[in-house]
Amino acid sequence: MINGHKLVYLDSASSSQKPSAVIDAMDAYYREYNANVHRGIYTIGEKATAEYEKARARVARFINAPDSHEIVFTRNATEAINLVSYSWGRRNISRGDVIVLTEMEHHANLVPWQILVQEKDGDLEFIPITDDGILRLDVFEVLLRLKPKLVAFTHVSNTLGTINPVREMVEMAHAAGALVLIDGAQAVPHVPVDVQELGCDFYAFSGHKMLAPMGSGALWARRELLEAMPPFLAGGEMIREVHLRRSEFNEIPWKFEAGTPAVGDAIGLGVAAEYLQALGMDAVREHERDLVAYALEVLPREVPAIELYGPLDPDLRGGVIPFNLPGIHPHDVAQVLDRFGIAVRAGHHCTMPLHERLDLAATARASFNVYSTREDIDALAGGLMEVQKVFNV
Amino acid sequence: MLVGIGVSRYTPASMDDLYRDYILEHYRRPHNFGVIEDADASYEGANPLCGDRITLMLGVKDGIVDRVGFTGRGCAISQASASLLTDEIKGKPLSAVSAFRADDLLDLLGIEISPARLKCAMLSHDSLQHVLSDLGAADPTNTTPSPAEAGA
Repeated sequence: MINGHKLVYLDSASSSQKPSAVIDAMDAYYREYNANVHRGIYTIGEKATAEYEKARARVARFINAPDSHEIVFTRNATEAINLVSYSWGRRNISRGDVIVLTEMEHHANLVPWQILVQEKDGDLEFIPITDDGILRLDVFEVLLRLKPKLVAFTHVSNTLGTINPVREMVEMAHAAGALVLIDGAQAVPHVPVDVQELGCDFYAFSGHKMLAPMGSGALWARRELLEAMPPFLAGGEMIREVHLRRSEFNEIPWKFEAGTPAVGDAIGLGVAAEYLQALGMDAVREHERDLVAYALEVLPREVPAIELYGPLDPDLRGGVIPFNLPGIHPHDVAQVLDRFGIAVRAGHHCTMPLHERLDLAATARASFNVYSTREDIDALAGGLMEVQKVFNV
Repeated sequence: MLVGIGVSRYTPASMDDLYRDYILEHYRRPHNFGVIEDADASYEGANPLCGDRITLMLGVKDGIVDRVGFTGRGCAISQASASLLTDEIKGKPLSAVSAFRADDLLDLLGIEISPARLKCAMLSHDSLQHVLSDLGAADPTNTTPSPAEAGA
């Protein structure tokens, strides 16, 4: 209960709630076999190691990675992208090299590349969007003539919900000789992800948006890329042999997992991946498509003043509904909704350039996950009418 | 039932308390809104979390703030706060303006501000400290409180 009302949680794009199966699995690790991994020659140490590596296999299966050694555990998608920008980027990007991004990137898939090209004297180019938030592939085609080394973009926009045509864009990028990194943070909880079918080279995602604990996440990359990349963080676990003046590094993926990892979180991530697979990602997607279609129909009908942003076709959109009420700042909208136990996000959602492009100071955002319902959207519509009453508009 | 996590003046209040009529009135028709010509100092403050921006401008004559204006856009709390602050400092000597503290602004607002909204309420106060600093009239002990921020 929040402020006397049943919680209506519509901020899942920020972070999802967690199912009991995930919490119980982490609880069991801490209570029953808490030990470090890849070290102990004793029962619970071996069990912890086995469960940690089982989680890696589960995550690999979840995104259909051909080899579980291609899964590197990270804290989140941000760390996974930074791993690529520091390790692959510093070895492969040099003066004059181009990296192509899009106007709809989360800061996590923008700032690491800004830092890289500033350091290496490279260049960033951006695929523009249409006013309703669709990438301009005609311009992408032109940008590819610059022979970029890397194309990096989001699978599903965290702000507009746009589901980008990854496979088509990967084919275009590869034909131009570029590698492709996908920010999958908003995709893995909502749409089926098959990295082999998508054909990309790197796929980064967070666990906490896909029912898994905070501080869990992963990078998938093709084996030959990971093997050629230098370590990102250095220390224990990532080494094979250490001498005073030189070391030999471990095999992948452990080469990239310096120090004691977040074992309990990784186990939680593995269970969340299994949980979603048991539900079936096609069914998850269909459920959210239904919610998006319902919201796009109900909100403008019940709250005629509402301004909605992003693609109007539910087929092109994940469970993210950004909106504004004219004359009312989204902060104030969110504050009044909270009075009714309705949680939405207000602000720029870590996409300041996108808000600038759409000439918006900020937006409010309702977002869904597997546990969201049509009743949640009804509650939002009712809450928005109350907001209008408070502000007398 | 959750009723809030804060203490003292930052305890979340009920909504009727937060959006009182005079707050909404300052939001809809902010006082001193607009550019002033030949300002002696100005500063654009921004709240990166929510995209709120205000530019505060001061004109000073014989040690007195004789002109003040602000522009920008933001939520009801940040706009009402800037409106009240500019009313308060207009016509005052710089020494009095530099002694105007964050708590004084919260008293002027007269509503309970939750930690999440403190940044909105304090945007104008923070901008004022920058303007005073440009004028060489800042009181370094007069700081603007900043709550632990949620990540973007």
